[in-house]
Amino acid sequence: MADTLLVVRDLSMRFGGLLAVNGVSLTVDERQIVSVIGPNGAGKTTVFNCISGFYTPTEGEVVFQGKAMHKLPGHKIAREGMVRTFQNIRLFKEMTVLENLLVAQHMHAERNLLKGLLLTKNFRIKEQELVERAAFWLERVGLLDFANREAGTLAYGQQRRLEIARCMVTQPKLLMLDEPAAGLNPKETAELNALIRELCHQHQVSVLLIEHDMKLVMDISDQIVVINQGAPLATGTPEEIQRNPDVIKAYLGEE
Amino acid sequence: MTESLLYFTQQVINGLTVGSTYALIAIGYTMVYGIIGMINFAHGEVYMIGTYLSFIVIAGLTMLGLENLPFILLTALIVSMMVAGAYGFTIERVAYRPVRGSKRLIALISAIGMSIFLQNYMRLAQGPRDIAMPGQIQGGWSWTLDGNLLNLSYMQVIIFVVTVISMWSLHLFISRSRMGRACRACAQDQGMTNLLGIDTNQIIAVTFVIGAALAAVAGFLLGLYYGVVNPMIGFIAGLKAFTAAVLGGIGSLPGAMLGGLILGVTESMTAAYFSTEYKDVVAFSLLVLILLFKPTGILGKPEVEKI
Amino acid sequence: MQPSFMPAAIAAGVTFILGASVMGIRLQPAGISLEVTSAPTHVYLGLIAASLFVFILQYFRLTERFSRLLKSSQESKVELPAFLRTQQQQRLWTMLAIGALLLFPVIGSRGWIDLATLTLIYVMLGLGLNIVVGLAGLLDLGYVGFYAVGAYAYALLNTYFGFGFWEALPIAGALAALFGFLLGFPVLRLRGDYLAIVTLGFGEIIRILLNNWTEITGGPNGISQIPKPTLFGLEFNRRAAEDALGTFHEFFGIKYSPEYKVIFLYLLALILVLITVYVIRRLIRMPIGRAWEALREDEIACRSLGLNPTMIKLSAFTLGASFAGFAGAFFAARQGFINPESFTFIESAIILAIVVLGGMGSQLGVILAAVAMTILPELAREFNEYRMLLFGLIMVLMMIWRPQGLLPMKRPHMELKRG
Repeated sequence: MADTLLVVRDLSMRFGGLLAVNGVSLTVDERQIVSVIGPNGAGKTTVFNCISGFYTPTEGEVVFQGKAMHKLPGHKIAREGMVRTFQNIRLFKEMTVLENLLVAQHMHAERNLLKGLLLTKNFRIKEQELVERAAFWLERVGLLDFANREAGTLAYGQQRRLEIARCMVTQPKLLMLDEPAAGLNPKETAELNALIRELCHQHQVSVLLIEHDMKLVMDISDQIVVINQGAPLATGTPEEIQRNPDVIKAYLGEE
Repeated sequence: MTESLLYFTQQVINGLTVGSTYALIAIGYTMVYGIIGMINFAHGEVYMIGTYLSFIVIAGLTMLGLENLPFILLTALIVSMMVAGAYGFTIERVAYRPVRGSKRLIALISAIGMSIFLQNYMRLAQGPRDIAMPGQIQGGWSWTLDGNLLNLSYMQVIIFVVTVISMWSLHLFISRSRMGRACRACAQDQGMTNLLGIDTNQIIAVTFVIGAALAAVAGFLLGLYYGVVNPMIGFIAGLKAFTAAVLGGIGSLPGAMLGGLILGVTESMTAAYFSTEYKDVVAFSLLVLILLFKPTGILGKPEVEKI
Repeated sequence: MQPSFMPAAIAAGVTFILGASVMGIRLQPAGISLEVTSAPTHVYLGLIAASLFVFILQYFRLTERFSRLLKSSQESKVELPAFLRTQQQQRLWTMLAIGALLLFPVIGSRGWIDLATLTLIYVMLGLGLNIVVGLAGLLDLGYVGFYAVGAYAYALLNTYFGFGFWEALPIAGALAALFGFLLGFPVLRLRGDYLAIVTLGFGEIIRILLNNWTEITGGPNGISQIPKPTLFGLEFNRRAAEDALGTFHEFFGIKYSPEYKVIFLYLLALILVLITVYVIRRLIRMPIGRAWEALREDEIACRSLGLNPTMIKLSAFTLGASFAGFAGAFFAARQGFINPESFTFIESAIILAIVVLGGMGSQLGVILAAVAMTILPELAREFNEYRMLLFGLIMVLMMIWRPQGLLPMKRPHMELKRG
């Protein structure tokens, strides 16, 4: 049995009078792919925002590697090894593809101002390491030839892949992808499928996924959590979820 | 005892007078912010232009030999509101609409550029020096209590009355009229309002015109009250009014009113009990303190960050 | 697109009314009352010309065509001239330029050297503000406040404690940075607009304090007799002060000339600017500089990657302020006299105009813009009157048509090996 990486317990989020998320729980084990699905407006992204620290949940707790996360600000959570992408891609558009990846590696960079100003040997070695790691990931996502292009000029599918690469250079434990297949064509989706598997199996990263593409979800998920109107509906393996009458009712409506 | 109490009351009256004009200017900031989410830096300049315009009309009509003071003042008020409204419209069309889709920084620089432009445009047009106008409305009521004097000038009463009328008309316009409803819809969700077939560009233009017209009212009132104008007055007045808008809660109309009054009284108290030189310092320090401890202001709603 | 008459006519009409209502009628004090006079005919002719211009612009939709033209020209990348392509060539030309600047005092007249020194101060201020506005994307409208802190730091340290320029210089920079830190700390958590307005207020507060704290700062009269910098203790005056090492001309056994002082100040400013350019050039290629730009691009993405936005903003704000502090101390030393009038909002606006015109983030652009903006008013005195008007106009037009500036920042290019 693999170790548990992330535990979310009874997570609730209230905006004024609106209870957007109501008592959602989920666990992600190491090297596991877990998907969160549900109809539009079910509160999936809000769950993500709570886990990644952009919102402070009204109730419940988020425990990552045995540490409570739900009171930390977003940037500290990311430093613990939990990084995410965004539904509406957020790249540093006017910076080059390579620079996007260099920015992300700030935790591994030489941040001593004096060393940088004097361009010491130590600084150069560290910077070279960053560039090499960036090149490694650019090659994995097929963007090596675009390294010096401005990120905003890339095609949509390329931008999605760059966003994933930008997460990976931070050497995370858990990768959270918010609708990574949205707007991709079938071929690109298949490539994404292979990439997520590779991340999980070869690079020891767990993946928490929000996705609407059911084929992709059923194909790669180890566990699926279904949310409907902010509340948890079902949790289980893809087979269990496909047979669950509640889920079928929520997706297809009452007979 | 009565002396200090009277002095205090006098300061409150003076503070409320100036404060209500701050509120009029603050409304322009708050309305524009509510709809397009940016600070209209050139707004203080519109106030300054409004003061010049009313001086020009008053001096012009007086030279023509007109003696009916209410008529002169009313004409001055209306003309300066209309022309200032046209300025507001043009400012939006020239400096803000072309950059509306861009990054916030770009819109801000464009706005500050517009402000600098208008200030210097007036310097060239009317000269950099102070221009003074003799008081049009003199006198007032005064009460004596144990040999101490409490003054309430007619001008102060006029400022209150005109401010209240302006605010009330604005309130009616926004809550009752079709256009006002469209304005409120626009502040909620611009994209959706547009989909419903309402021309959001027009609504934004109307917002700028109303804001500018109210700033001109403030310019007219303060111009008569102080009797002086120069091209730099918009800078400080704009900052003050912005402070008032933030204090009350930016985006909220009653907030702008409340913020203006509080700021006015705070300033007059500072000037009376501490030092006139430092009253601007106190106003800005107030701004920093609010931003520090309650950035949503007194009546503002917290913003939920869209991710 | 069809030419349209009515909108164009209305636009022209509005232009005329707006202009005529303020420019066509002049307020004129007459004794205790106020009169109005009509402006001279040429003002009206000018207004009519302006209205016609607006009409033509609108009728043929020239503004839209123009901006489309600009857009397409921006997409085809601006290529550097052939002699600047490779790194060696760039280095060579940089060296040549520095050499020319060092030799400038030999050929320049005293007036020109003085003007060049002033230009260098603006270059330094522009470069410093460029960190805050161009790189980190934070609009600082009170930059002149930090400049004032630097200038008064040297002036006061000298008056009350007898500090020399070289001792005071680092303190001035540090003090300006401290002010930046203290001001930025509460405000930088908030949205960008608030920062703009609070810094604007801060600049004013500093000026008001300097003006009114008469016992310490001398109020509107300012502080005078601030000594010039020395060269390792050697003074450039005719006679040395009592505690000084000696004077420059005596030490080298040459005849006294006031020109030495001017040249020395110029060279000093040049060295300060070169250090600034080097430091900022390095910063851009360091993690901190990249973080600034990332923050300008997307604050939420920064947070999701573990960058602390508040700290990044604060670092940009503080470092930017420190350069203003250095520039201020040098300014005080050069003038020998300072008062609050040198630190009005107009100065902030000029520095901002330099950054905006030059190209946000671009060092070369900022340097060229600073040169243009200080030398132009000297070449055409009449221009001075219209200077601020034009600066305001430039800011608006640049934001509409070319927000990245005339000479936008060039992105670093790196060759990658395949793994």
